[in-house]
Amino acid sequence: MRPAVSESRQAGDREARSPGRGTLRERESRTGLALISPTVVLVLVLVVLPILWTVVLAFQDLKLIRLRTSGLFGTPTFENFADVFGSPGFWDSLVTTLVYASGGTAASIGLGLVAALALRHGFRGRMLIRASLLLPYVAPVVAATFVWGVMLNPQFGIVNEVGTRLLGWDEPIAFLSERPTALLTVIFFEMWRSFPFAFLFITARLQAAPATLEEAARVDGATPTQVFRHIVWPQLLPTIAVLALLRFIWTFNNFDDIYLLTGGGAGTDVISVRVFEFLISRGDIGAASAQALVLSAVLMVLVTVYYRFAAKDEVA
Amino acid sequence: MAGIATVAAESSAEAGTRPSGPPAGRRWSRTTVETRVLGVLRWVVIAGLLLFTLFPFYYMVLLSLRDLSSLLQAPARLWPTLSELTVATYRDVLAPTESGGQGFLRFMAISGLVALGTVAVTLAFAVLGSYALARLRFPGHRRISVLFLAVYLFPSILLAVPLFIFFTRVGLRGALPALVLVYVSQTVAVAIYMLRNYFQTVPASIEEAAAVDGADRFTIMRKITLPLAMPAILSNALFVFMIAWNEFLFALLFLVEDRSRWTVSLGLSQLAGSIEIPTTVLMAGSVILTVPIVVLFLATERLLTGGLTAGAEKG
Repeated sequence: MRPAVSESRQAGDREARSPGRGTLRERESRTGLALISPTVVLVLVLVVLPILWTVVLAFQDLKLIRLRTSGLFGTPTFENFADVFGSPGFWDSLVTTLVYASGGTAASIGLGLVAALALRHGFRGRMLIRASLLLPYVAPVVAATFVWGVMLNPQFGIVNEVGTRLLGWDEPIAFLSERPTALLTVIFFEMWRSFPFAFLFITARLQAAPATLEEAARVDGATPTQVFRHIVWPQLLPTIAVLALLRFIWTFNNFDDIYLLTGGGAGTDVISVRVFEFLISRGDIGAASAQALVLSAVLMVLVTVYYRFAAKDEVA
Repeated sequence: MAGIATVAAESSAEAGTRPSGPPAGRRWSRTTVETRVLGVLRWVVIAGLLLFTLFPFYYMVLLSLRDLSSLLQAPARLWPTLSELTVATYRDVLAPTESGGQGFLRFMAISGLVALGTVAVTLAFAVLGSYALARLRFPGHRRISVLFLAVYLFPSILLAVPLFIFFTRVGLRGALPALVLVYVSQTVAVAIYMLRNYFQTVPASIEEAAAVDGADRFTIMRKITLPLAMPAILSNALFVFMIAWNEFLFALLFLVEDRSRWTVSLGLSQLAGSIEIPTTVLMAGSVILTVPIVVLFLATERLLTGGLTAGAEKG
């Protein structure tokens, strides 16, 4: 990492003599700071400051219509929090968010694990199958939600056609506009869209697992399910824990999928969609910020846990 | 070897517990049964997974090629007949609004412009930043890494309110460069993380040799480090392009009021609720939105897979 000794000493001597330039070490840290600072400034201005500003906004009585005229730092008020915490809609929404995040996380990891185990050992065409399984994850969310919306459409969607004709359903199911089907459907969609992430993550861990352990167990007469239960599963557990945390963080805050599938209707009103609704439809900046802040608080706890976890674990 | 030993162990155990069992039972020890069942189950699972993941894409392409009236007559048919096959849907969706189309060609131009702009700016920031994090020691090094990790985990909905207010207030909300800047701030942390990991795998000894020969830091970066890191930079560029092309929330917040600035994602989502536009035409629109991403992804799958686990979810 450092230049050869003779060079560094020479340079150091020269540097020491020329005032204002410092030693090689100092010059290195100056270069480092110069290279990283544009990014740090960008991130501070467009990510960190806005988040701090949300805190200020959450204590303001600010409406979108008055945005251009009103000052941005009015008298602080707790009204937004009183309103938000006082409304039953918020608590319902929090429960919905938790159900959605837990369900989506569990389903996508479960399917990802199954996929990783099925595709574990090499065969011809494995790479192609693997690439195909990753498509839901890379496809644009708007296109994916649109095609699912049409597939589940009660009038001419393929799912209802097959259901009523072949499976003997009495009538088409309105998957995206009825309780509690809508919530189950968005969880199912989340499973479809996110299982590739779990699949990749778990596959990477499986590849790192030493083959000798499993071989030894097999020699000792363990059956395949026993090998999985006692050898593979314990090795995967830390990875799955980190993965679950990561997926939970993202699913908990997911906006796009639900907004595009149901618009937050029929019992799928998660908090992120509520934040958007309060901001755009109602133009209530204060209440939107207050709810975003609640999301941030939950997130902060999860990220801290993740940081503790993942700092030890090399996966992330 | 292992197989023989397993069978032996199994059969002796079985002989101990069930001495009266027929000798043919040996072949049906638990191991054999499980291996066979799992062997079959595995292919069933793989086939099921492929159907599950690929069917929506197939359905998308199928509907985009079918005529609307014949779709309504036979919604359950999973293959198009020759007579109903049409590409008029694509013509409709791509043509500008003045000539009765939906103007997706224009949306694509906007999406492409925004995505390429994001790639260029993100890379400029990320190459310098990741080099510094991988090679140089400076105060605050660790704290900056933690900051970037936090940014990477931070979901965009939490930034929606303040950024929306800020850009509305300064009157730049409809401006494409503002959107590009927001995208850069969302992708730069992941880009730096990926590139830093790559730089760390490039041996520093090559750079040290150049330094011994008297090259200064920037000559070394330009002539040695960058060419060596080109594969990683390229895959990073594709990765950022995909995030920017797919992005929906900020496009919605920033550009929704002016149709001439819609991206493909935004355009499709806004037109999806309309009753006048046939579903098959919009399906052609979603094929157009998806194809560039799928092509890029399949062409570079090996390069990208590592990066995906580092977090394609952002955005």
